[in-house]
Amino acid sequence: MDRAFKYERAKSRSKSECHLLGHRNNSESGYFAHPIEATNANKDIEIAASMKDRFLSGDCRSRIRSMPTKEDQTEYTIEVENLHKRFGKLEAVSGISFKVEKGQIVGFLGPNGAGKSTTMRILTGYLRATSGIARICGISVASDPHEIKRRIGYMPENNPLPQELRVREYLKARARLKELPLRHRGKRVDEVMERCDLTRAQDRIIGKLSKGFRQRVGIADAILAHPEVIIMDEPTIGLDPHQVIMIRDLIASLRGKMSVIISSHILPEIEMTCDQVMIINSGKIVGQGTPNELRESFINSTIYELEINGDLTNLRESLKTVASELEVTQSEEADERGFSKVSIRIPGNHEYGEMIFSCLAGNPLIRARSLLKRQAPLEDVFLAATRRSWETLDTDLAKTPVSTDENPEKAEISTSG
Amino acid sequence: MRHFTTLLRSELWKLLVNPSTYIAAFLFLLIMGFLFQLILVDYASDPKEENPSITFFRLFFVPVFFMVPLLTMRSISEERARGTIETLMTTPVTATEVILSKFVAGYLYYAVLWAFTGCFHILFYSFVQEDSLFDPYPIIGGYAYIAVSGTLFLSLGIFASALTRSQLVAGIASFSLVFGFIVVGSYLEDLALPFLSLPEWLDMLAKHTDVLQHMRDFSSGIIDTRAIILYGSCSLAFLFLSILVLEYREGAS
Repeated sequence: MDRAFKYERAKSRSKSECHLLGHRNNSESGYFAHPIEATNANKDIEIAASMKDRFLSGDCRSRIRSMPTKEDQTEYTIEVENLHKRFGKLEAVSGISFKVEKGQIVGFLGPNGAGKSTTMRILTGYLRATSGIARICGISVASDPHEIKRRIGYMPENNPLPQELRVREYLKARARLKELPLRHRGKRVDEVMERCDLTRAQDRIIGKLSKGFRQRVGIADAILAHPEVIIMDEPTIGLDPHQVIMIRDLIASLRGKMSVIISSHILPEIEMTCDQVMIINSGKIVGQGTPNELRESFINSTIYELEINGDLTNLRESLKTVASELEVTQSEEADERGFSKVSIRIPGNHEYGEMIFSCLAGNPLIRARSLLKRQAPLEDVFLAATRRSWETLDTDLAKTPVSTDENPEKAEISTSG
Repeated sequence: MRHFTTLLRSELWKLLVNPSTYIAAFLFLLIMGFLFQLILVDYASDPKEENPSITFFRLFFVPVFFMVPLLTMRSISEERARGTIETLMTTPVTATEVILSKFVAGYLYYAVLWAFTGCFHILFYSFVQEDSLFDPYPIIGGYAYIAVSGTLFLSLGIFASALTRSQLVAGIASFSLVFGFIVVGSYLEDLALPFLSLPEWLDMLAKHTDVLQHMRDFSSGIIDTRAIILYGSCSLAFLFLSILVLEYREGAS
């Protein structure tokens, strides 16, 4: 009886410890509102540590181990836990959780109405979440929205700007609102205009600017006050290729200094700039990781592109030695020299290049001109991820009662453990 | 209130650079000049005891009905429709600062417009017969009333604008509120059915809310503190409600 009681106590204690360790991170980065609170938390951590030594058993052990790891010491500028947002009957965001490290660039991908903009708005404090936790630099968005606004630079969807002001006037007014010190203000405005290539348009009225210029005014405004977190909703929409490259370089130059979240429909854009990609569909994260990780988890095949002169059936025959299951299709008609483009799809993620070469060398009837391993475009990953999420949604609906896989505790243990 | 001056400055700047400000001011002065001239023509044909300035102030509600909605309907609803409210509310400003800056900018514009009508009285007294008596107090009283009542009318307009994203709806709501306050407030006792006697409290209320009576009092030199308190407290209440609406809708702290 006594042992059982002790075990239960240990379990509940370790839970509170987990909670407190979260706090410790905050106190280290100096975000405690009151020093008393901080010392109380430290005391509690000490108690928790002594409890940890005493009750290292069973479930308790696994929980304690999972918490104070190196992983926890990395600084996260954005932390979102099990975020929900309902608009009446519509659940726009349902249980999104993710973390963004300091200096990372994260891309949000998703079809229209997936909940990207809503998530971004919640992070800026413009919308209130129905439930869940969102923290910017360790500060809860819900409890101190005013403070987090000093730490973010936000460019909303469609980039709203006052039509009647001039570029310089607008940026100066924004610098004042964003509490830039007086002596740095003019210099900083000049600097961001220079970086966004706006200097030659500084005296023009915003309402009369072209879309590319306006877009850059929005971006200049977002980076104006050296924020720790930059949130941009479709920043490159409506820009020409030159401007897109410029903005891409600009965003890439922020890497390491500021955390950036961008959403976009232009998939190569995201792939080129982002360290981490999140694919959101129907308010849930359906894929998360670097573009390569996503490719590996969603695209389960390798594609080679080949230019050959020879018969396709002949090629199929000789390639049988490479892999048992492969798909050979002619993607382009033969040119005047008799070479045609052929793509070979082999299930599984392996390197087959050398084997294909040796096969082709061994077959005198086929002459090859080029061999290229094609990376699956992010587009395919995106389509696969959204399709998969719809399929799971359908199967979920078919089952009764609906089983939720969004249990926050489970998810947390699995990610941290 | 750290950003109040910044916001007020940019609001005033927006008013200054916007052509519609000058068009509205021109039309306002045109209508007011026309009214003043009508009064003078009437006086020329039929001499009266009362000072023409007092008659002019009695018609104050005519410009209020159209100027207040036009002035205030844009303030919040336009920002909301354009989406600039989102960029504004994601900077470290509070809803109080936003509402107060809009209100003060609107009020200053309203005050400047009325100040221009002072020229009418100057012109009138410079051309009037030498033996006529110049009495400045009705004019001072009249402008004092316009300054006091302006706070309430503009706060009603700002409140209507904070409610919606459509400027048209904001304009109609603002007109209805101002109309309601002036007309219903002034004729509250006449609304009762003839065979029913008014309850005493309603009678008392009707005496307090009689806008036209307030105007008469002020323009005859009686500065009534009850009226000042009524307008002051009501305008504060509506500004407070606007702040609440903005906080609720735009999630500001």
